[in-house]
Amino acid sequence: MNLYFEGIGIAGISAAVPPKIIDNLEPKDNFSPEETKRFVESTGIRFRRHTETGTCSSDLCFAAAEKLIEEMDIDRLDIQALIFVSHTPDYRRPATSIILQDRLGLKNAFALDINLGCSGFIYGLYTAFSFINSSQVNNILLLNGETLSKSYSLRDKSSGLLFGDAGAATLIKRDSNFGKSWFSLFSDGSRHHLIKAQAGGYRKQSSIETVEERLYPDGSIRSEEQGIMDGAGIFTFILSDVYRDINGLLDFAKFDVDQIDYFVLHQANHFALEHLRKKLKIPADKVPISLNQFGNTSGPSIPLTVTSCLNNIIKEQSKKIMFSGFGVGLSWGSAIMEVGPVYVGELITDI
Amino acid sequence: MKDLFIEKLAEILECEISELSDDLVFRNHDRWDSLAFLSTIAMIDDHFGLVIMNDDFEPLKTISDILEYIESNK
Repeated sequence: MNLYFEGIGIAGISAAVPPKIIDNLEPKDNFSPEETKRFVESTGIRFRRHTETGTCSSDLCFAAAEKLIEEMDIDRLDIQALIFVSHTPDYRRPATSIILQDRLGLKNAFALDINLGCSGFIYGLYTAFSFINSSQVNNILLLNGETLSKSYSLRDKSSGLLFGDAGAATLIKRDSNFGKSWFSLFSDGSRHHLIKAQAGGYRKQSSIETVEERLYPDGSIRSEEQGIMDGAGIFTFILSDVYRDINGLLDFAKFDVDQIDYFVLHQANHFALEHLRKKLKIPADKVPISLNQFGNTSGPSIPLTVTSCLNNIIKEQSKKIMFSGFGVGLSWGSAIMEVGPVYVGELITDI
Repeated sequence: MKDLFIEKLAEILECEISELSDDLVFRNHDRWDSLAFLSTIAMIDDHFGLVIMNDDFEPLKTISDILEYIESNK
């Protein structure tokens, strides 16, 4: 589905990562030095940030949101909605967004969670733009946070070296100075098994068996409650569906690749992003990369990349940016909009 | 087409072209692993304009199976 908005845009953005740095080239349980070296060479992921036990996605988002609200000097009572996109919430219930609404003192805001992963920034933006477009709501705080270090096994051959933790806050406003923006959104549940945690929900409830770690034929060690990822299935998804989506939205919005200043893509891994970039014929300098420092952080990876790679540019100038997020669901989507000059907080690294 | 495919596959598997006979069961090759698999999918896309989805790649056993698949689907 493709659609567009007018007079709604991003007013500010900030992000937070934890201080603990994991170096993938240091010895790792269940990986040989050759395996870690090959992994770093192909994925481009050398460093990642992991939270300590007890630090949640919501804590990273809270820090990013506090910084944005303080430094932009926003009246908390003017924020009318809070959207928290994550699949690593604080509790099974209640929704984490409602706890964050209280922690942040957003007394006039209604709050809701969206359970999505790597596509979460696009879906969060779209939901915020839609609320503003169809109601009297003018200011929405979008929070994207994940602590996938807690939901995947560090001894899984596919994902054990891949993920990092991060949180981000984005302020979306109604303002006639914002121009047009274009969105695309897609879902395909027939491939839901490609990224999945088999147990721990209500289809297969948590038990002693589901938390027991097992050895799998590829040498991975994980429990049924920890995520699995089919790397090959995701790679072909990126080269086919995501490629078609990006081209499709460019066609819908009537832009060529050279009319877009930056393509901020979900930081899946360098191998996949490079193939996608070359297939789309996008010059390398238009595709900022942060995964070498932070790994694949799922939903926050797009705002984290903006904060860490484009901060000095969009603070001063307006740039036409295409965002694209894709992953678990399968769920994917893209957005094109002018961003800047806007507030971009300095990356928080001490949560 | 065949020569180009074999040349590129030899680069991925870091082996001699002569090792890659039509009836080679490529999954049995010493250097076939998950990264070689992804590189082969990407190479076929780059050079033959075809993304072979996982379920379609699964039944392909030999090099000639891949070549036939490319020939009949591109």
